[in-house]
Amino acid sequence: MTLARHLAAAAAAAVVIALISVQLGSYRDYQIAEVAAYVIAVAGLTVLIGLSGQISVGNGAFMALGAYATALLQLRVPWLPAHLGGWSIVVIFLISVVVTAAGGAVVGVAAARLRGPYLAGATLLLAVAFPAAVADRYAGVFGGDQGLGVTVTTPAALGPAFPPTRWLTWLTCAAALAGLVLLANLARSRVGRSWRALRDDEVAAALSGINVARLRVLAFVVSAASAGLGGSLLAVVSSIVSPGAYTLSLSIGLLTAAVIGGLGSLLGAVWGSLLLALIPGYLSNVATSHGGRLFGLPSGATSFVPIAAYGVVLIVVMLAFPSGIQGGLRRLFGPVAPVAAGPLARLARRGRRAPAGLPASRHGLAAARHRGSGPRGDDRRGQAGEPSRRSGRRHARTRDTHQRQSEHQEEGTR
Amino acid sequence: MNDDSLEVRQVTVRFGGLTALDGVSLTAPPNQVTGIIGPNGAGKTTLLNVLCGLVRPESGSARFAGRELLRLRPHQLAGLGIARTLQGVGLFGGLSVAENVMVGATCHARAGTWPALLGLLRSDRDERMLRARAMAALELVGVAEHADRMPGTLPYGVRKRVALARALASGPRLLLLDEPASGLSEQELGELGTLISALARDLTLVIIEHRMDLMMSACDSITVLDFGKVIAAGTPGQVQADPAVTAAYLGIAADGGEAGAGAAGAGEGGAGEDGGRPGGPGGPGPAGGGAR
Repeated sequence: MTLARHLAAAAAAAVVIALISVQLGSYRDYQIAEVAAYVIAVAGLTVLIGLSGQISVGNGAFMALGAYATALLQLRVPWLPAHLGGWSIVVIFLISVVVTAAGGAVVGVAAARLRGPYLAGATLLLAVAFPAAVADRYAGVFGGDQGLGVTVTTPAALGPAFPPTRWLTWLTCAAALAGLVLLANLARSRVGRSWRALRDDEVAAALSGINVARLRVLAFVVSAASAGLGGSLLAVVSSIVSPGAYTLSLSIGLLTAAVIGGLGSLLGAVWGSLLLALIPGYLSNVATSHGGRLFGLPSGATSFVPIAAYGVVLIVVMLAFPSGIQGGLRRLFGPVAPVAAGPLARLARRGRRAPAGLPASRHGLAAARHRGSGPRGDDRRGQAGEPSRRSGRRHARTRDTHQRQSEHQEEGTR
Repeated sequence: MNDDSLEVRQVTVRFGGLTALDGVSLTAPPNQVTGIIGPNGAGKTTLLNVLCGLVRPESGSARFAGRELLRLRPHQLAGLGIARTLQGVGLFGGLSVAENVMVGATCHARAGTWPALLGLLRSDRDERMLRARAMAALELVGVAEHADRMPGTLPYGVRKRVALARALASGPRLLLLDEPASGLSEQELGELGTLISALARDLTLVIIEHRMDLMMSACDSITVLDFGKVIAAGTPGQVQADPAVTAAYLGIAADGGEAGAGAAGAGEGGAGEDGGRPGGPGGPGPAGGGAR
């Protein structure tokens, strides 16, 4: 039932993509393939942050792991293509995903005791260290700054005139959709519910029989595997794997896309990835089409205009839709769904809360009391079924006060 | 009827220099309601935390149905038929009421992670079964009509019931309730009392509560803690008549001293709905941090 629904949605998306890709030129096809690679990586991250309440600033490193695994499998395991022909790339994707999932398990276990900003810091280290330092140190294996080449052959069955980029688009989109279907299955299942439960209250989740430690690691594994698939796809899209493509800014970009799209929402991951992949390119096109001069700025400064404009776009989106694009769409067009209701605010709160099972410090309590109706207010409002926005908001506020009081009692006594 | 009794023996817990529990022993027989009372900071919640594996005791043992509990981790208890509610509400704010209670039924799920990932029918069947369990539990506590609401939109009394339903959804044989009546109205209190008596027919019940009217009517036996020690135990009548109990609630030493003027009568009344120790201003009490 659940599977059928998700498969139907994926099939519909596949048909739409196929139709679009036939219409578009090879550059646009290439862009679609690139977005597909980002989508699956961002989707994994949004599940990690939005559902399980853990943060990772290092998922770019998992993408690199997947990408290098793909390149190395193709280069060093020649019998794979020899035996499987054109379909070997699918097997290579699968193996790469398994490799990154294992990497995610290691990081997940190491991160199991870290929360909030500490977890962010630890994963940041991954993003800084992994592709650049390792690829440089073992240049013989990883090809150093030059990187490693990756090739994809278009199946002969499609005919000699079939554009290679279109095949690339179909391949990456199919892989990304398959990944999204699996993530959607997981999110809709007991596992997804358990993640959301432990995100909201670890102690209550444990007392309900949820193995919190195991599920937290599982979230990291899933997120890493998704990032690994994204990395594999990006490797075949760009036909090269080099450290320069998997920098810290990629990791930050993934995080940005997940937040902008709406944490915890797979559709949000699609919106976020579109923004991440298309906006900077579009803006720099605008800049260059004006002959390298905008607003009478000197040409050196003009090159920064796209970056600044990108930042402005992100700020405007976050101001207009505090719970991301998907959260905003839901508020505009549909019933308010609970999934994306301010996990960011929850994450922020998590950092301040005393560890489970230990007395909350007086300091923490006082901080909690003085917290305004800022992020938490939004949080509650998102969850309320608000029939009319204005009155709903007022009610939400009074409710808020009650809730806050009762929560303080909890925090103090636990 | 069965051997589902909880036996706590000589449990001692220290937080740094503070002794939160000092050789506490008690027995909760099956099909009975066992109450634990005591002034704030007496160690009641700490005792429950020890039973649930949230706090490691320095020494002592706790057995349920003959099985040692103190080496277990919190999430293992549900599988043994032990459920607990938390002080306050402790619901998952981002989950609907039905989902909250479904989480409580998790230990009955059979399909694992792989069926969930692949969206197999087995996983769907499992979900339907969990939902049915959750609805039955919500029905039992009388809030089934709120199943699809978010907890944040519900009145406090309803949320308390949902929390109780979440504990019941696991089908426990031992139920530990931490202040189930706090914040409830008089009418809700009466309904809770009826529900507790009904539940006790099938399971072992342990309740921590400040609302003495509820405890006196609902409990079959009561253990009184003060400063981490058991100072009295017996039927509600016996406990009520015990001078040591009155002394503890009035905030004076049992061997003498004077009661705070405004605290008279707090012992049998609804002692401290706000959870405040009703003792005199100079009453010696551990700080909030040690209250657990």
